Amino acid sequence: MKILVTVKEVAHVDDEFEIDGLGIDDRYVTYDLNEWDDYAVEAAVQIQEAGDDVEVVAVTIGDADTEDTIRQALAKGADRAIRVWDDALADAGLLDPETKARLIAAVAAEEDPDLVLTGVQSADDGFGATGVTLAEHLGFEWGAVVNALDLDREAGIAHVHRELEGSVEELTDVELPAVLTIQTGINEPRYASLRGIRQAQSKELAEYSLSDLDLTPADVESSLEQTDLYEPESESEATVFEGSAEETASELAGLLREKGVGS
Amino acid sequence: MTVLTVAEHRRGELRDVSLELLTAGRELADATGGELHTAVIGGDVEAFAERLNRVGVDAIHTVDEGEEFNHDVYTQVVTQLVEAVDPDLLVMPNSVNGLDYAPAVASRLDWPLVTDVVDLGYDDELTATRELYGSKVETTIDVHADRAAVTVRPAEWPVAEGSGDATVESFDADIDESAVRSTVTGFEEVGGGDVDITDADVLVSVGRGIEEEENLDMIFDLAETLDATVSASRPLIDNNWLEKDRQVGQSGSVVTPDVYIAIGISGAVQHVAGMKGSDTIVAINTDPNAPIFDIADYGIQDDLFDVVPALIEEFGG
Ligand SMILES: Cc1cc2nc3c(=O)[nH]c(=O)nc-3n(C[C@H](O)[C@H](O)[C@H](O)COP(=O)(O)OP(=O)(O)OC[C@H]3O[C@@H](n4cnc5c(N)ncnc54)[C@H](O)[C@@H]3O)c2cc1C
Ligand SMILES: Nc1ncnc2c1ncn2[C@@H]1O[C@H](COP(=O)(O)O)[C@@H](O)[C@H]1O
Repeated sequence: MKILVTVKEVAHVDDEFEIDGLGIDDRYVTYDLNEWDDYAVEAAVQIQEAGDDVEVVAVTIGDADTEDTIRQALAKGADRAIRVWDDALADAGLLDPETKARLIAAVAAEEDPDLVLTGVQSADDGFGATGVTLAEHLGFEWGAVVNALDLDREAGIAHVHRELEGSVEELTDVELPAVLTIQTGINEPRYASLRGIRQAQSKELAEYSLSDLDLTPADVESSLEQTDLYEPESESEATVFEGSAEETASELAGLLREKGVGS
Repeated sequence: MTVLTVAEHRRGELRDVSLELLTAGRELADATGGELHTAVIGGDVEAFAERLNRVGVDAIHTVDEGEEFNHDVYTQVVTQLVEAVDPDLLVMPNSVNGLDYAPAVASRLDWPLVTDVVDLGYDDELTATRELYGSKVETTIDVHADRAAVTVRPAEWPVAEGSGDATVESFDADIDESAVRSTVTGFEEVGGGDVDITDADVLVSVGRGIEEEENLDMIFDLAETLDATVSASRPLIDNNWLEKDRQVGQSGSVVTPDVYIAIGISGAVQHVAGMKGSDTIVAINTDPNAPIFDIADYGIQDDLFDVVPALIEEFGG
C-alpha cells in the first residue's frame, strides 16, 4: 500500500511587520511545516508502522528553500519525498488550490497511491480546498476535516470521523482510493529524533519540474489574480490599558471588581 | 448576474449561514441587475424552502435527495443545478460541509473557486476579499473568468430578513449511485466531562501563548482567585493538556459569560465563533495586531507571564 502525504512550508508573520508589494517583507517572516500537515504525516507514519508493506511518500510544491521543511517529514518517518518546482511557478501568480491540485495530481498519476493525506488547511493561505480539489482531479473518493481514522485495508474502506461544528462528529465510511484532509488533534505528532534527522539526510528527495510531469506553464496559469494586500482597518474599540504589568494588572483588577468578579 | 446559493442544514435544522448567503448573493445580484436563486438539498425541503423564502429571493429549488448531507450527492446535484439554472456565480458556505463539496463542484465545472471570502464586489469582474496569515492582512483577488464559485465565511453577512415571494420549484436530480462511494453512518456528540464552560459567569481562557503545560498552573491559580472557570483555545486540547469540554470555538462550545478573559489567544475566526457573544471581553496578548483585539472591550498588550502573576497578586492570591 502506498500513502501520499502532502506537506507545505507555511509562513508565520512577526508581531510587527511591513508589507512589501503583494507579500510580507521577508525580514518579518519565519517558515515552518504547516501545523495540519504535521498531523497528516503522523497519521501516515502510524499506518506504515502498524501494517506490512506500506510506503509513505511526502510531496511538496515549493522552491529549493522548502527542502528543510520536507526533510522534516522524512525525519518523522516518511520513506521518500518529492519536491515539485519550476521557475514558471514563480511567475504564474496565485498558487491556488486548483493549480496545486493539478500539480499534485500529476505526481499521484505516477505514484498511484491508495490513500492521500493532506492537511485541512494551510496556516498562511487558509484556502482549505487543495485536498478535495485533488480528489476530484484523481477521481478518488474523499473526506474533509477528518479527526479520527480507522483503515480497513482488506475491505478497502477508511472509517473516519469528520469534525463538524458544535462538538458533533459525522461518522463516514469512505471507499479507497481516497483523499482525506486531516484535522489537528487526530493524533500526537512525534518530534523527529536525532536518528530520524540523520536518516532523513540519506533518504531520496526527488525533484520534478513541470516538464518532468508532462505539464506546461499554461497548465499552471490561474484565472485568480491577487491585486492587493493590506492591513485591515482595525475594528478595535478596545480600551487598552497602558503602563507596566503592575499598572495594567491593577487597572484590570479595578475593572473586574467593578463587574463583581473576584471580590 | 444570476447568483445561485446553496443552503446548509443538519439534523433537521437549517443553519444560519444559509440565510447569510442570501444576503451576500442579493448584494451581487443587485449590483448587476440579476436574479437570486437558492437551492436546498435533502431533508424536509418544503419546510426549509419556507424559511429560505426571504425578501429578495427570486427562486428556490428544492431537491428531495436523502436526509442528511452526503458530499457525493451534493456534488452531483449542484453540478446539475448549475446546468439548469445557468448562474454566473455559485455561492456556498465556508463551513465544514461546504469545504467537503464546494471544491469538488468548482473543479468539476472547471470554474475558479475562492474560499472563505469576507467581502465580494463586482466591477466588470468579480473581486473577492479574503484574509491571510491568521487574519493579520487582507488580500483582494480579481477573478478573470465569466463564471466563478465562492465559499463565504459564516457570520460575515447578516441573515436575510422578511418574508419573500420566491417561486418554489422542485428539481429532479439524476443521481449516479455508483459514484456515491461514501456513506454517512451516524453522528456522535463529543465532549461531556465534568466541566460546563457554557454555564460559567467568568471564563479565564488560555491559548498557545502559554507555551508549556506546566505554565497552566498559573492560569488555574488566577481562575481560583477570581472564582472563574478555565477554558481554552483548540491547540491546548489538541495537545491533550486540557479536556475537550474546555474548548471554546467552532468545533467546541459556544460561550456567553459576563466576562471572558482571553490570555495568549490570537483570536482566529474559529475561536471567535465560540465567544464573541460574551458581555465583556478582555484580551492579554503581546501582539498588538492580534485579531482578538478587534472584538475585545479591554486589552493589555503585554507579556502574559508578567501580567497574570501581577493580576493574581492584585487579588491577594
Ligand atoms: C475546521 C477548524 C475548526 C477549528 N475549531 C477551533 C475551535 O473550536 N476553537 C479554537 O480555538 N480553534 C479552532 N480552530 C483552530 C484555529 O484556526 C486556530 O488555529 C486556534 O484558535 C489558534 O489558537 P491560539 O490562539 O491559542 O494560538 P495562536 O494562533 O498560535 O496564538 C497564540 C497567541 O498568543 C500570543 N502570545 C504568545 N506569547 C505570549 C505571551 N508571552 N504573552 C501574551 N501573549 C502571547 C501570540 O501573540 C498569539 O496571538 C479550528 C480550525 C479549523 C480549521
Ligand atoms: N504548496 C503545497 N505543497 C504541498 N502540499 C500543499 C501545498 N499547499 C497546500 N498543500 C496541501 O493542501 C492542504 C490544504 O491547503 P490549502 O488548500 O492551501 O489550505 C495543506 O495542508 C497541504 O497538505
